[in-house]
Amino acid sequence: MPDPLLSVKGLEAWYGESHVLHGVALEVRAGELVTVVGRNGAGKTTTMKSIMGMVRPRTGSVKFSGVETIGLPSYKIARLGIALCPEERGIFASLDVAENLVLPPKVRDGGLTNEQVFDLFPNLRERLRSQGTKLSGGEQQMLAIGRILRTGARLLLLDEPTEGLAPVIVQQIGNSIRKLKAEGFTILLVEQNLRFAGTVADRHYVMERGRIVDEIPNAALQGSMEKVRQYLGV
Amino acid sequence: MLFAVPVQALFGQLLIGLINGSFYALLSLGLAIIFGLLNVVNFAHGALYMLGAFVAWFLSEKAGVGYWGALVLAPLAVGIFGAIAERLFLRRLAGLDPLYGLLLTFGLALILQGLFSNWFGSSGMPYEMPERLTGGRALGFMFLPNYRIWVIGVSLVICFGTWAVIERTRLGSWLRAATENAALVSAFGINVPRMITITYALGVALAAFAGVLAAPIYRVSPQMGENLIIVVFAVVVVGGMGSILGSIVTGFSLGILEGLTKVFYPEASNTVIFVVMALVLLVRPAGLFGKQA
Repeated sequence: MPDPLLSVKGLEAWYGESHVLHGVALEVRAGELVTVVGRNGAGKTTTMKSIMGMVRPRTGSVKFSGVETIGLPSYKIARLGIALCPEERGIFASLDVAENLVLPPKVRDGGLTNEQVFDLFPNLRERLRSQGTKLSGGEQQMLAIGRILRTGARLLLLDEPTEGLAPVIVQQIGNSIRKLKAEGFTILLVEQNLRFAGTVADRHYVMERGRIVDEIPNAALQGSMEKVRQYLGV
Repeated sequence: MLFAVPVQALFGQLLIGLINGSFYALLSLGLAIIFGLLNVVNFAHGALYMLGAFVAWFLSEKAGVGYWGALVLAPLAVGIFGAIAERLFLRRLAGLDPLYGLLLTFGLALILQGLFSNWFGSSGMPYEMPERLTGGRALGFMFLPNYRIWVIGVSLVICFGTWAVIERTRLGSWLRAATENAALVSAFGINVPRMITITYALGVALAAFAGVLAAPIYRVSPQMGENLIIVVFAVVVVGGMGSILGSIVTGFSLGILEGLTKVFYPEASNTVIFVVMALVLLVRPAGLFGKQA
């Protein structure tokens, strides 16, 4: 088995005084799509932000293609080839759609061209001059994903990309994520929607109170539904 | 005569208003950019404007560098000074209550003004205007000094040039984005700490540039910034904290308003800007161009 592209070990993180991650450990191999599921407040978003270096302090080990990033500032982590699509989408109100799209600088070769992004999300092509936050929720989500595909990042951290969206949009985003996986992107996905997660992922990590408490291969997901529902409290 | 006011007085005061407006705009523009990205109310701005004028004076006295050289070198020197101050002091206050930044820069202003008052007293020194800009033209209804035309023109160019860079370029889009959400911009691979240093340096370089422009009009004195900065803060409040276009438009408009008040009701000319500020705060607390919270 090849070395994992992303390897997180013993990751601890704090928001000020409160200790939110307690030794998170997970791995994502190149080309895999792995989800993190768990209740609200379990630490999923914090895990994503900590991998990106946006939550300080953080200790433990976060290795990306063999490089230890725990001491790096977040802009240097991004330049190694990791990109985040944040839960709140992070579309900038003072920038139009085109400016939002080209905001993240290219960190390496091999990113999608603007045309490829528009092929994936045709809605964006029509709205280039609109203010970023004037887009619908679904379009903002497409913009938030689209802009990190251009940068050449190999690992995408997608934090609940389907949250709060209409079923037809969820389907469209789901298809795009499948295409991205087929194109060779490695994806770590936070997802509450198990049905959707089960159709795209290779493996699932279950998170509870700042720890990874279980790992379920996708093939075993159907058989473990009862257990997973208990984890999620649904 | 117009409304029992001599036309000459009217245009004379309009001109003075435009000149003052040029300085208000250049200074409040720098304050707006700095406040937007650093969330620091830069109380040292007036002192750095004064420092710019003094650097120009030193260059002329000690090195024989004239006005045009000073117009480039003084903003550069003050910009470097600002970059060092940001790295050494302001950076440590990031994330704290903005009050800390205000206190720090206020202290910096007091130190600079105190040092220069100690060295140079308070009477101030004259600064020669460049040969090419002396004289003026008679327009029939008034005399228009060339240097004043130059100050208004170059201020407009610098203000709208800065606005265009921020609103129309990729670099400007990074600045606007970092003003909204610096953590995310950093997570996209942009070196935000360096951007903050450069932004502070550019903001205070604008103040120094204004200081050099002002040197031949006013005397180069340790108090020159102190008197101006209070009005400039009123301009910033009226325009809307952090609004680039707001600070430019409000700077020039309030300068003109102040000039006109001198003609029609001189008693109110020193307070009119603060009256406008109070009214704006009552009606639109976020300022004329600010985003309503």
